[in-house]
Amino acid sequence: MIPTEFDYHAPESVDEALRLLAGAGDEAKLLAGGQSLLPVMRLRMAAPEVVIDLGRIEALRGVRDDGESIVIGAMTPHFEVVESALVHEHALVLSEAAATVADPQVRHRGTFGGALAHADPAGDMPAPVLALGGELVIQGPGGQRTVAAADFFEDYFTTALGEDEILTEIRIPKHTGWGGHYEKFTRVAQQWSIVAVAAAVRAEGGSITEARVALTNMGSVPIRATAVEQALAGTPADADSVRAAVAAVAEGTSPPSDINGDADYRRHLAAVLTRRAVLAASGA
Amino acid sequence: MSVKPWRRRVGEFMSRISVTVDGVSYQDDVEPRTLLVHYLREQLGKTGTVVGCDTSNCGACTVHLDGRSVKSCSLLAVQTDGHEVTTIEGLSTDGELHPMQKAFHENHALQCGFCTPGMIMQSIDFVQDNPSPSDEEVRHGLEGNLCRCTGYQNIVKAVQAAASATAAGTEGGAR
Repeated sequence: MIPTEFDYHAPESVDEALRLLAGAGDEAKLLAGGQSLLPVMRLRMAAPEVVIDLGRIEALRGVRDDGESIVIGAMTPHFEVVESALVHEHALVLSEAAATVADPQVRHRGTFGGALAHADPAGDMPAPVLALGGELVIQGPGGQRTVAAADFFEDYFTTALGEDEILTEIRIPKHTGWGGHYEKFTRVAQQWSIVAVAAAVRAEGGSITEARVALTNMGSVPIRATAVEQALAGTPADADSVRAAVAAVAEGTSPPSDINGDADYRRHLAAVLTRRAVLAASGA
Repeated sequence: MSVKPWRRRVGEFMSRISVTVDGVSYQDDVEPRTLLVHYLREQLGKTGTVVGCDTSNCGACTVHLDGRSVKSCSLLAVQTDGHEVTTIEGLSTDGELHPMQKAFHENHALQCGFCTPGMIMQSIDFVQDNPSPSDEEVRHGLEGNLCRCTGYQNIVKAVQAAASATAAGTEGGAR
């Protein structure tokens, strides 16, 4: 099928995009890489009357070093996140997670910011951003504001972004020297995560000193496993110790039950995948 | 959000695009909602690029946009304005098959052939980054392409054959 008719705009600056967005109100949809939006428009599950394509705004693309943080433009495609030496050095788990998104063709078009704004609970970008304490920079008619990842994801496909706002960049505090691993469980190729775990670990002398862990698809939003992070601090980086420390990772979560597995199965998976992710991130 | 297709006259919102496809420059008027694959097939007559699904899973419609593989069913034609597209029809030079096409032919890397254009386009992109891939790496690199005949084994062989032929320099013309 083909999408319904719409007016198309391709602004070359964020200001111009904001003006167009203000003029179109709730009839408008922002087009980033289009790898989620265009398929649903084709199926006519979405039928925006105005499409504002952010693809011509060069300022929204690329990764830069900003001292304490790296800053990733919202329109940076996944494959550029994967190939970025800055991301690899300072946010390894993010690099690894981006490499698991969908398939190569989709990673060439799909964008980092688009995936975050889409906020699919099974999407792979939110959990690593949450684990690393990322901040989302948002431009709106009233100027710029910054929202912590922990406050950005509100519900299924729902974020703190207002209808008249644009996610412009994401600041990721540097985790230089930390190990990182994204452990994703799927049954078939190019599947969405049934459950996945993002782990960043600082280890010294065979022992974990600090850990950051977040879960994908264990609820309507990504979940930071703070109790497990605390339990991991000071734990030897071996299988038995890590298994014990992460055993309760699913406590308090409400994972979905669907064709790929019921909630109990996902709780079980979460503990197994967290152990694997933490061990891999510790270099064990 | 209401849909009011009747509020418009046909052609009211056409966009002019300039795009290079298989080395030829085109200036065309397209509806913004026209998918790249439909522009290629219906406006340019390049039916070598096929539509295999309606869900962006199958990869049969894979083309190159500025040298990287993309699914042309998940792109609007207007998004390619000012850019360069290569389809399966733009691979051969002077009647000589591209090394990847030749390898698919020689290894019988097709059954019904419907997925083949997309498989070849993705394989070319893949071996650019990995000129000496293992079986596992080829399968991973072709994750976005489905063969409903399940004829993957010979596809993997073909991609490896093309990669090693190119590496050995016995085949000219690889990208």
